[in-house]
Amino acid sequence: MIHDFGIVWSERALLLSGLANTTILSAVSAVAALLLGFVLTPALMSKSAAVSGVARLFVDGMRCVPFLLFAYIVYYGLPSLGLRLDNWTSGLAALIIYNAAYMAEILRGAWVAQPREPIEAGVAFGFSGFRLFRRIILPSLLLSAGPVVGNQMIQIIKDSAFLTIIAIPELTHAASSIQSRHYVPFAAFITAVFLYWGLCLVIEAGVSSIGRIAEARR
Amino acid sequence: MADPDKVLDVAGVSKRFGDIEVLSDVSFQVDKGETVCVLGPSGSGKSTLLRCINWLEQPDAGQIYLNGKRVGVNNAGIVMGDRDLSQIRTRIGMVFQHFALWPHLTVLQNLMEAPVQVQKRPKAEVRDEALALLSKVGLSEKRDAFPARLSGGQKQRVGIARALAMRPDLLLFDEPTSALDPELVGEVLVVMRDLAREGMTMVIVTHEMGFAREAATRVLFLDRGRAVETGPPDQFFSRPETERARQFLQRYAGDTASGGR
Repeated sequence: MIHDFGIVWSERALLLSGLANTTILSAVSAVAALLLGFVLTPALMSKSAAVSGVARLFVDGMRCVPFLLFAYIVYYGLPSLGLRLDNWTSGLAALIIYNAAYMAEILRGAWVAQPREPIEAGVAFGFSGFRLFRRIILPSLLLSAGPVVGNQMIQIIKDSAFLTIIAIPELTHAASSIQSRHYVPFAAFITAVFLYWGLCLVIEAGVSSIGRIAEARR
Repeated sequence: MADPDKVLDVAGVSKRFGDIEVLSDVSFQVDKGETVCVLGPSGSGKSTLLRCINWLEQPDAGQIYLNGKRVGVNNAGIVMGDRDLSQIRTRIGMVFQHFALWPHLTVLQNLMEAPVQVQKRPKAEVRDEALALLSKVGLSEKRDAFPARLSGGQKQRVGIARALAMRPDLLLFDEPTSALDPELVGEVLVVMRDLAREGMTMVIVTHEMGFAREAATRVLFLDRGRAVETGPPDQFFSRPETERARQFLQRYAGDTASGGR
């Protein structure tokens, strides 16, 4: 068994480059999904039935599709519609679009639970439209939804493992290569699990510092 | 017609929510430097009237003029867009029953937010003014605190300072002391009394009869959505003209005698 981990150690360069790619995929997707969520949330809350209806359809649709299937559609399905993306672009697009729906739904939930008066005070003090959202509504949404957003970021890290099926050299892909090359499945996969766990700890540290910021304002 | 000498001119405002007529044909005017207290039983439409003035509620009929300029409807007779409405709203400060401070900003940032972001005034100037206002309401040492760390009375004093930071022509108060513990009401009324004395133009919806009697230049009595009676507080409290006002005042006197506010 120790010997197996020795083999994994000898392939550490491959694992670390997988870890780096997973980190890049997750970080870019998390930020982009959150930003896209910022746009989708006001659409979900829009007074116009057409706007909120379309946004609702998108969000509910995404939440009902298994991520693996969605990644398949983007990478293998879109070319038959004439849109051919390389595996990195497909993988990032799938992660971002899929998780933007969750981010939007998380922020919408927080918005509905906000006290009405501070937002109304924003309107009474001359804020409107995007400025009202950005300066008054969004900051308090992020404070109250921070932990749930962090949770979704952890979900993004785990979803990124599916992208091994479209041959993105991320952490799961690296672990899988090591085990098939050396027949050390347990050691290779357990090592990957610990590396994922490490990434999640970083996210949790971020969430708890947002939690401290929020606590001072609650 | 709009009277340009009046800071506020409310002309025949009506508002209904579904089947309920909340305001019917309410008219009143406010001169510069006046403190008008709006009194009346719960559900008489006081808060709705206040919210119609800065168009947080859109009146169904009637006109509102601020310094002779129509609020909410432009010269072409079309309901204003957000931009024009925002412009007018920055001239009208509002103080809310539940304070409505912005929780993610410090006390000082709460005061500076609208003047800097909406009115686009220079930050340094706004900051100096905001600090002066905080010292005026006695909260200089709380400038870097978040609202959640303040008592109700302190929050409401910040709420008043935040409204003043906009340099408004008119201040609206929506039951500013109703959400406060009785022992905290006084510190807020002191600030309001000072403002009245300094000649700030104010419309105050309140249940504080003592304050209205002492600080108001005029009382407007609403009942079931109608402006039933208006006059100087001495006259209103000692010789009300209408039966409705008499009953209202008697009920309050009874409440006070039995230990209520």
